[in-house]
Amino acid sequence: MDRLVFLLSSGLARGAVLALFALSLVIVWRSARVVNFAQAAMAITAVYAAFAITAASGSYWLGLLGALAAGALLGALVERGPLRFVRGDDPLSGMIIAIGLVMVLQAGLAMAFGPEHRPMRAPFPERPLMIGEIPVLSPYEVFVLIVAAAVMCALALLFGKTPLGLKLRAAAFAPETSRLLGVRVPRMVTIGWMLSVATAALAALLLVPTELGLNPHAADLLFVDAFAVAVVGGLDSPVGALAAGLIIGILDSLVTGYATAAAAPLAVLVLLTGVLLVRPRGLFAAADRRTG
Amino acid sequence: MSTVTIEALTAGYGDGAPVLDELSLDVPDGAVVAVLGANGAGKTTLLRALTGLVPARSGRVLLDGTDLTGLPTEDRVRRGLALVPEGRGVVVELTVDENLRLGGLWRHRGAGLRSAVAEMYALFPALHRRRDAAGHTLSGGERQMLALARALVSHPDVLLLDEPSLGLAPLVVAQLLGVLRDTAARTGLTVLLAEQNVTGALSVADRGVVLSLGAVVADRPARELAADPALRHAYLGF
Repeated sequence: MDRLVFLLSSGLARGAVLALFALSLVIVWRSARVVNFAQAAMAITAVYAAFAITAASGSYWLGLLGALAAGALLGALVERGPLRFVRGDDPLSGMIIAIGLVMVLQAGLAMAFGPEHRPMRAPFPERPLMIGEIPVLSPYEVFVLIVAAAVMCALALLFGKTPLGLKLRAAAFAPETSRLLGVRVPRMVTIGWMLSVATAALAALLLVPTELGLNPHAADLLFVDAFAVAVVGGLDSPVGALAAGLIIGILDSLVTGYATAAAAPLAVLVLLTGVLLVRPRGLFAAADRRTG
Repeated sequence: MSTVTIEALTAGYGDGAPVLDELSLDVPDGAVVAVLGANGAGKTTLLRALTGLVPARSGRVLLDGTDLTGLPTEDRVRRGLALVPEGRGVVVELTVDENLRLGGLWRHRGAGLRSAVAEMYALFPALHRRRDAAGHTLSGGERQMLALARALVSHPDVLLLDEPSLGLAPLVVAQLLGVLRDTAARTGLTVLLAEQNVTGALSVADRGVVLSLGAVVADRPARELAADPALRHAYLGF
């Protein structure tokens, strides 16, 4: 019982990070119809920026803001740069550019900072708090949950309640109609990329202190799991990313705890396969409403 | 509220023969002009070329004397040109209210936007009843009303309408054309109305322009055009 509570609560924290990263994939998919395979490399580049800022200033919080800003900047640069040349009906060229970007960024980071794992300190203790005799969340995990929840609420408000969010959604659903209504669609695509990569950078920043440390490949596994999360939830669905993120985070934690860590990726893949067999468009995908 | 001048406009798709062949047309301030012609005459292409959705190969489009050539669609719209595309173009994933607000965003903010949207609800009570319904649940008539209202929210100077009567019941068509005529009379809106429904279009227009193979073959007062059997036979097929 103790063990179950502990595994559930730490699964929840990992699930929140997964959900956040999956949400970033959903945002860029919705705004640009691209599965951004470079999301992990771009996010970790932003985390290196945060690491440098924190090292220079001594403030974790400045580093966090730096990660968001660097992520947004990187998103804008990539969308305005290489990806502007591949607009069209061919999804493959965007994917290939993204894969090329992964190589360039990760090799560049390794050349600049070395391939070793640099320890990154969490801003809060990582020892679990005890409720009675039962270990539950650590203060850092509580912090992760609060930040993830706050960012998701902020994004939901932005997309659902603001004029900018309305334009972002319309530009994603119906670009030509949006242009006819005076919406600057290319700018909306850039903003989508900025929001997406900033969110991914935040997720990677939250993840790194709980793992081995900062390294050019530190977010690779996060991307693989988050991609599974986004597909299970439905690439179009922010709610799906949240729900599937929590489900897969907890599944991963339970399998690791009760069986072995090596079986966790397998369990995720089994779930992914099962969902794709039963609901190929994902658990929360909207029915196809666009006809003609 | 604005004049549109089209000078020797040539436009088409891909490398094919031009759909519009050096077409020239003057639409004076506040005029309601019906653009008539058979399928393939170039009505839709004309409206799409005016908004920049189809690039012009040569020729110019002037709005109040300002050359629009080279401006992207969204900037032409922001200068007061609104197009209601064929097939309506309601964003089906958004609600009625969101569609209407989207239409007015570039022009209004805050209270201004709310009152502009409220004005449309007064004009189309059916939309007000369905304000929170998603676009994909609307009937064809409701979609056309929404598309028209959404174009009017931004108080355009020139309204381009592509086949608003397509696939709609006669009663709905009469209602839409009625709103259009009243709005044009009230606000001085300049209207270019592409239609297959010749009788309906000529009943609200001051002037009728007949297109054939991408060029203007007749340009007459609407009443005269409606009463000329020879022209009707030659170009409109009835």
